[in-house]
Formats: sequence, structure tokens, C-alpha cells
Amino acid sequence: MRVPPGVSPGDFSDAIKQFQQAIGKEWVFTSDEDVDLYRDSYSPFWHEQEEPIPSAAVAPDGVEQVQAVVKIANHYKIPLWTISTGKNLGYGGSAPLLGGSVVLDLKRMNRVLEVNDKNHYALVEPGVSYFDLYRYIQDKNLKVWIDPPDPGWGSPVGNALERGGGYTPMRDHFDCHCGMEVVLANGDVVRTGMGALPNAKTWQQYKYGFGPYVDGIFSQSNFGVVTKMGFWLFPQPEAYLSGNVMVSRHDDLYALVEVFANLLNSGTVQATTTVVSPLAFGRDPELATLRASGSTKDLEDYVARKNVAYWSVSLPFYGSAKVVAAQWEYAREKFSVIPGVKFQDGASYRFPLDADQLAKITNPVPFGVPSLQTFSIGGSHSQGHMWFSPIIPMTGEAVLEAQQVFDQVFKDLSGAPGVSASFPVWSFFARAFVIIYFFPIEHDVEKNRRNREIFKRLVKTSAERGWGEYRTHTAFMGNISDAYSFNDHALRRLHETMKDALDPNGILAAGKCGIWPKAMRKAKA
Amino acid sequence: MRRAGKVLLAALGFVLLGTGPATGQDSSWTLFPSHGQESATPIIQRGKEVFQNLCSGCHGPVIKNASPGIGATMPGTDALAAKYKGAKPAMLEERTDLTPQFIKIFVRNGVSVMPRFRKTELSDADMEALSAYLTRNNKP
Repeated sequence: MRVPPGVSPGDFSDAIKQFQQAIGKEWVFTSDEDVDLYRDSYSPFWHEQEEPIPSAAVAPDGVEQVQAVVKIANHYKIPLWTISTGKNLGYGGSAPLLGGSVVLDLKRMNRVLEVNDKNHYALVEPGVSYFDLYRYIQDKNLKVWIDPPDPGWGSPVGNALERGGGYTPMRDHFDCHCGMEVVLANGDVVRTGMGALPNAKTWQQYKYGFGPYVDGIFSQSNFGVVTKMGFWLFPQPEAYLSGNVMVSRHDDLYALVEVFANLLNSGTVQATTTVVSPLAFGRDPELATLRASGSTKDLEDYVARKNVAYWSVSLPFYGSAKVVAAQWEYAREKFSVIPGVKFQDGASYRFPLDADQLAKITNPVPFGVPSLQTFSIGGSHSQGHMWFSPIIPMTGEAVLEAQQVFDQVFKDLSGAPGVSASFPVWSFFARAFVIIYFFPIEHDVEKNRRNREIFKRLVKTSAERGWGEYRTHTAFMGNISDAYSFNDHALRRLHETMKDALDPNGILAAGKCGIWPKAMRKAKA
Repeated sequence: MRRAGKVLLAALGFVLLGTGPATGQDSSWTLFPSHGQESATPIIQRGKEVFQNLCSGCHGPVIKNASPGIGATMPGTDALAAKYKGAKPAMLEERTDLTPQFIKIFVRNGVSVMPRFRKTELSDADMEALSAYLTRNNKP
């Protein structure tokens, strides 16, 4: 049996017995065969000693059992690593950051506690997946949409706590949560917001409650175990409309993004989309040659000859049919300041869609329907992936600068460009773009080492430019935490102060987002 | 990093297809697609439910004649089509050569982009039911 770091085999054996008494022997996993199921299927450390492998896993069912587990862990100072559905693939999956941790698997806590389609909210446990919640809503014919991220088997709780994003107007998942129940490291149970009021009638309807608002400290953190979470849902819209905006010159990007940002920040556009250069993915051999060695003027000439766009953005509108039509008309008006801009009507739907209509939609995620089709990314021989996800300003200048800077890193370290004509930048969140950059995971030690080095260089280069990642794989949490260094790492020191107060024995998710327990801090610095 | 270009294509195709005009292909996104009609024992019926809940999101039917992009593909079915090149059905539900041991190895170890499935997601009993479903058409 593997043993957590700093814990004697005797103590661990006693703790395992107590875990078994608390939650049932069946739900305490200690054999290598069972525990290996918790390894990161997309580990950037394949076939390397550094891969963090857990020592055991425990799967409580209910808040009382979670309390019991953390109390036992506290007594024996056993490091726990909490997962919800364990599908945070690309960011670490179900594996801990610290090898030897005991995974606290909340998948069995999979109850949808409430969905209300009059005030449009849900209350769920961490083991509920987007598929589960969608199914519940469909079965009861409720008039609300969920907002899934690309992979639908993830947890609304886990995804929101990692501050993930989706596609509808409820796309900022942490922002759309309302109320939490949290088990603290000492076993105490806290309800945030209105949930602190016994018999609260508005736990999922008013976020702030009374006094300091603390929900944020439980996201991307190791300060507690969230056992329930409320979410605001999107009332089923009457209609959807999309419209494509296309411009023909390289420098049109500046105006394109400026108008787009205005529409987004004023609420005319309320959902996720991406600003792209279609030149980046055209298959025409002439275009491929121009991408590799042509000048900007060559590409502009190509655009003129072929009547294609240099840059484009597809605008999604959700709401009443009259309003979305007016929003698209208003957007066209605003973009008309760009000489030569072209518009094209996209898809138009009225909801609810019947089965035949639904069957014709190739990608359901922007319509609140969970899917797994995103796992086609990387192709049929993919071994997995991880994501480099910096936040950059929502300006054309920043998009071009990021493209140039990141391309240079790839050229320097791998001898090949990482991007061709451009890469997509996304509006998953308000006010800023996020780049979701794909790194393949290989079953090849040298390739993974090289990719890790490129990744770390990208983090460093981003920081030098004033860009930071919104989320990362466990393998790079320390690097990114290091980059958020204003005033001699004042933010991290604040996090550590909170960590020491809330979890003095450091049992919860050691190393998460660069926050280490006091006892390990010096060694991990 | 040659792959990055392909990935960009996929990512771009994802958005463009997702918000573009409907293309009229068969559905591949339905959460619980039913493939074929067969009378089932309780364990096979349970296995079918398990397959639909856990597997069909990647191993369901591929949209035919779709434009390139993520929305036009089924990761598992596509991968098996590429692997077997028609020598075996790409759809797991159409296979007649799977064995319980073979299924367990892939489900519990993962393969390619498919992750491992933990026992809290798929119990040993449901694993058995899944195997019963996927081997239901095997010849004795």
C-alpha cells in the first residue's frame, strides 16, 4: 500500500480503518488497481517518476461523511485532494498535485437537489455532471437551460470552482453561482450568502447574504470542500440568431475588436464567440504557401482575389425573436464604420426545438446541451492534451502581440511556429479575451519534457507582457502562482495566511494554485 | 508542434459549425441515442443504459457528410474507424468480437484520448452489465 508523505505506515493504516468505519469499506480504495484509476489520463509526466500518484481514495456520500473524512484526515495529518466528477482533463484530471495524497472523490454525491424554472436556478451536489443536470431538466420538462462547457461529463460545481466557461449568456460559471455549502478542514459546515440564514428562502436567489462575501476564497483554492452549490440558469430563450462579420484587411482587426468589445460590454452580445482569421485554416495550397512565407500584403491580395475574410467574428444572440433581430441590426450598424465590412446571416432558431430540428444541429453546446464531441480535438490518434490559457486584453493590438510573442517562443524552443496566420481568442469572460492553447500529451518522455519547457516559457513570457493564465494544469500551478508576484508575492502571502488559519494541518489539496501548507512551504518554495 | 495547426482547425470549426446554418445531417449529439432494436435481459438492458450514459457521447454514430469540425465527429467512433479502416465496425455496439476482459482493460486503463473510468463512475456491477451489452451479439 502506498503511503502519503509525512505519514507513518501505522498511522495510515489506522486512518484507513477509520475511513472505512465512517463511509463503508466498499468506498475506501487502497489497492493499486483501484487507486490507479485516479491517475491523470492526460499526464504530462507519462512514464516519468514525477507523475503524482495518489495513495488511496475515499468516496463519501453526504456532507456528514465528508465531515467525518476531514476530521480523520486532520487527526492523522493526511493530505486530501478533492475531486467532483474527476473530469478536469487537460488540467490534471482526477489526480492530486502532491503524490501520495488521498483523493476525496465526491462523485457519489450526485443529487440534483432543486431546479426552479420560475426564478431560474439549481442547487446541486459536486458529483452531478452537466449530463445529469440536463437529463433532470429534460425529464421534468423545465423551461431552463444549463450552460455546459465543451466536455459535458464535468461537474457544474467543479467547473465553476475552477472558474470555467461556457457559451450562453450564463457563460462565466463562477459568476453564475449563487450560494455554497462548504465543509472546512476542521469539519465545520458553512453555508454562504443567504444560506447562513436558517430556513433561508433565497439561498439561490441573492448571492451576498450579510457581511463579507467569502465565496471567492473557495474557488481555485484549498480552503474547504464544497458540498453543495447553487447556480443561476438561463430561462429558455425564445430565439437564437447568429451573424457573421467579415473584414478584408489585416489592420481591420483593431476596429473589429473595438466594436466587438463595445457590443459585448454594453450587453448587445452576451455570449461566447471567437475572433479568428479564416486564413489560418483554409486548405487551399496557395494559401498554405502564403501562410508560410507570404507578406501581409500577399494575404490581403489573396483575400481580395478570393473574396474571403481576413478576420471574422460570428456574433451569437439569445433572447426574444424581435430583440435578437434588433441586436444583429444594431451590431451591423456599429461595424459599418469599417470600410468594406461584409455581413452574413447565420443560424436562426426558435425554442424549444423539436427532435428533427435538434438533430440538424451539429454542435449542441451553445444551446445548453452537453456533449463530448470536443474530445475529437487533437485527432483520432491523440493521447490527450493540456491547455495554456492566458487572459489578454480585448484589443486588436493585444491579439497581434500575443500571436507574435507566442509564435516566437515556439520557434525558439521547437524550431517550428506554434500558430499559422492567427489563433482564436475567446470571449468566455467579460472584458478580456482568453486564449485556449492546445498542447498535446504524448507517451514520449522527451516530447513531454520539451512541451513542459515550452509551457513554462510561455508562462514567463506572458508574465513579462502583463498577461496571466486564468487556470492551469496541476503541473504548472507553481509556475503561474510565481508569476502573480506583485509586491513580493503579497497575494500568495495573503492566501497562505488564510490557509494557515483555515487549515492549520494543511490537509486540503496541498499545492493547489501554489498554496502550500505551512509545513511544506519551505521545501516547495 | 505540427499538430497545433490541425487543432486550430478543429477549434475554429467548432465555433463556426456551432453557430452556423444547420447542415441537415443525422444527429450525433442526442444524449441517449438508441442503436438497433433488440430484446434484452435485465443485465443487458442495464448495460445498454450504462453505454448510453457513459459511452455513447464518444462512441455514438458519426454525423454523415458533415463539414470538418468538432461538431461533425464522434471521438471514439472516429478513432476506431481510423484504427480498423473498415476491417471491424467503428461502432462498439456493432462489434461481435469484444470480450468482457478486453472491455474491462480499456475502460479501466483508458486508451488514446479516452480516460480511465473510476469505480465511483462505473461500478464493477455496471462494468459487468456493460460487458453483457457489448457482447450480446457475439456468436458462441
